[in-house]
Amino acid sequence: MQKMLLLGDEAIAQAAIDAGMSGMFAYPGTPSTEINEYVQASKQAREQNIVATWAANEKTAMEAALGVSYVGKRSMTCMKHVGLNVAADAFVNSAMTGANGGLLVVAADDPSMHSSQNEQDSRFYGKFAMMPTLEPANQQEAYDMVFYGFELSEKLQTPVLIRITTRLAHSRAGVVRKEVLKQNEIRLPSDPKQFILLPAIARNRYKMLLNNQDRFIEESESAGFNAYIDGDDKSLGIIASGIAYNYLLENYADQKVPHPILKINQYPVPRTMLAKLEKECDKILVLEEGAPLIEELLKGYLAKNLNVSGRLDGTVPRDGELNPNIVARALGLSDSFGEAVPDIVKNRPPSLCAGCSHIDAYNALNEALESYTKGRVFSDIGCYTLGALSPFNAINTCVDMGASITMAKGASDVGFTPAVAVIGDSTFTHSGMTGLLDAVNDQANILVVIADNSTTGMTGGQKSAALGKIEDICRGLGVEEDHIRVIKPLRKNHEENVKVLLEELAYEGVSVVIPRRECIQTLNKRMRQKATIKALETQN
Amino acid sequence: MKKDIILAGVGGQGILSIAASIGLAAVDAGLHLKQAEVHGMSQRGGAVQSNLRLSDKNIASDLIPYGQADMIISVEPMESLRYLPWLAPQGWIITNSTAFTNIPDYPDKEDIISEIKKHKNHIIIDADHIAKEIGSARSANMVILGAAIPYLGLEHKYFEQAIKNLFGSKGEKVVELNMEAMRAGEAFAREYGK
Repeated sequence: MQKMLLLGDEAIAQAAIDAGMSGMFAYPGTPSTEINEYVQASKQAREQNIVATWAANEKTAMEAALGVSYVGKRSMTCMKHVGLNVAADAFVNSAMTGANGGLLVVAADDPSMHSSQNEQDSRFYGKFAMMPTLEPANQQEAYDMVFYGFELSEKLQTPVLIRITTRLAHSRAGVVRKEVLKQNEIRLPSDPKQFILLPAIARNRYKMLLNNQDRFIEESESAGFNAYIDGDDKSLGIIASGIAYNYLLENYADQKVPHPILKINQYPVPRTMLAKLEKECDKILVLEEGAPLIEELLKGYLAKNLNVSGRLDGTVPRDGELNPNIVARALGLSDSFGEAVPDIVKNRPPSLCAGCSHIDAYNALNEALESYTKGRVFSDIGCYTLGALSPFNAINTCVDMGASITMAKGASDVGFTPAVAVIGDSTFTHSGMTGLLDAVNDQANILVVIADNSTTGMTGGQKSAALGKIEDICRGLGVEEDHIRVIKPLRKNHEENVKVLLEELAYEGVSVVIPRRECIQTLNKRMRQKATIKALETQN
Repeated sequence: MKKDIILAGVGGQGILSIAASIGLAAVDAGLHLKQAEVHGMSQRGGAVQSNLRLSDKNIASDLIPYGQADMIISVEPMESLRYLPWLAPQGWIITNSTAFTNIPDYPDKEDIISEIKKHKNHIIIDADHIAKEIGSARSANMVILGAAIPYLGLEHKYFEQAIKNLFGSKGEKVVELNMEAMRAGEAFAREYGK
């Protein structure tokens, strides 16, 4: 079969297309975005009539995927790790309902926080929900695990979590494809009450879920993704989960590791294999990309198992992603290093693009707030979070999607007024609308700035669910017509924009100002595409 | 055969096109490849890098260990120095000389160049100037790619094919301009230090 050069994200997407998936639902979030983008751009997916849409948020995406599973077809939902927090209600309860058609939830974690506000490890969600979890070590495994994941999901009637991390999501390698499978026909669950989590039924479902755990472990032992690889030097046994395995191999000539290795790519952890490693080796080193999930299981709360080392005892740093050098040091092997970075090299942090509408919006907001005391701008997740950096220093918080409006409301409720929220268009429809309703109902004295660049900018310009709807939504939620103001963030409009912001800051109630101008990146992209089309037409 | 390459630049300068060209060439030549990219927030005008690994054997890690990269290919001079911890003792620095100065404290350009020249194996090329001369200012990244070709251990033909595959959908003119940029970079590198 054909070999393709694919990002880990793309390998998952291609596998889903090949494995008979009918629907993909996602909200953009680094490092998961490319999965749905790939399906949306795929000619094969279009020919197979696969639905691939951007949902308003991860919870609505997860629920749509569960709906597909209910009717017996295969579906996938993809999100970044913190997106799984948003989808958590649906996610945890989907383990209770179980699946009908194969249901895969992909969570892309971001250890070292390359583009995130924390480095939570989604494997804990798998454990919490008691759901089988797959963690590929490379692009080929990512592809293969989607096929296996759908099979497992249908065989054991459970959703399956696939956990990847930034390094795999955004790294490219050759992937060999499998035969394309047909999509399932619509077929409702054989038990018509399976998806009704009324307490009486839920209690039964929970017993089934508990009983299923042994079967999940059995799969972990037998499916072949977990492997016990023997070695002669039993002074040390090594557990390597996910891509930690690659860094382990990297440290030995011809990738020949002298110690026994337990390669873990599937959870719940394979108990028999673990027991064997513990019995045969004097010490155990645990290498995990993320938090010490396996290590904690082995050590126990009282840490009696003192011959286990890893992130908890400092053999491996407690935070951050792994790399070959960290693993070398943990193994006590010699470590390589080039030259130190010369002193003249300066930091080059990310910044708002030249021509970005947020620049003009922040310049206006900063001036409008000059007569007020500092510290009153609650912001949110998006490109505009870069307003925290110099020269703007324009925002004071960034916590989670939608928290700008609700934090401003809380602050205002107890007398800190006016409080200002700055939120993007896509983030507003993701999680800002409900907070705005709270603010209207409680007559909070806040100014909400919805910075509308008409796209989901930070993740590369995906379609924003808010497009063309923001004023209607605000009106519908009860914001007064006179206090929904649209401005155009351009340097030439600066004075006028400051005036509008000052008026709305002075208004005692909920006001919304919408600085609206298209993202410079999506605008440039459209212009380039236009130019290419024109060039091709001239050529022909 | 093994080549571990750090590609460096500033978000938006087109290092992923260089990575994709080398990647396509390597796969065409039957080599194994792993290439770790940077997406997301850091792409917004910040420092970006890509780890590109080619080998005739199976590659384990997506990341290159410190001190083991065979070369740093950079479309920006200061950025070429940021990744020295990864460079092997006899490794090459192949870098553009045109600075991208989007930060207030950008260092003196002469200091950067003399820092690069401390490394015996280096090529400093004014890729922006060469690209403009060809009439394709946006192809500076392909000039840099060309300058690296003599040290990549792959035949020239593989890169021609890669550029055809990469830019084919944008029309013949775009393919030809990028091809020309690549050839100019390669010619410069073969003359450099002679």
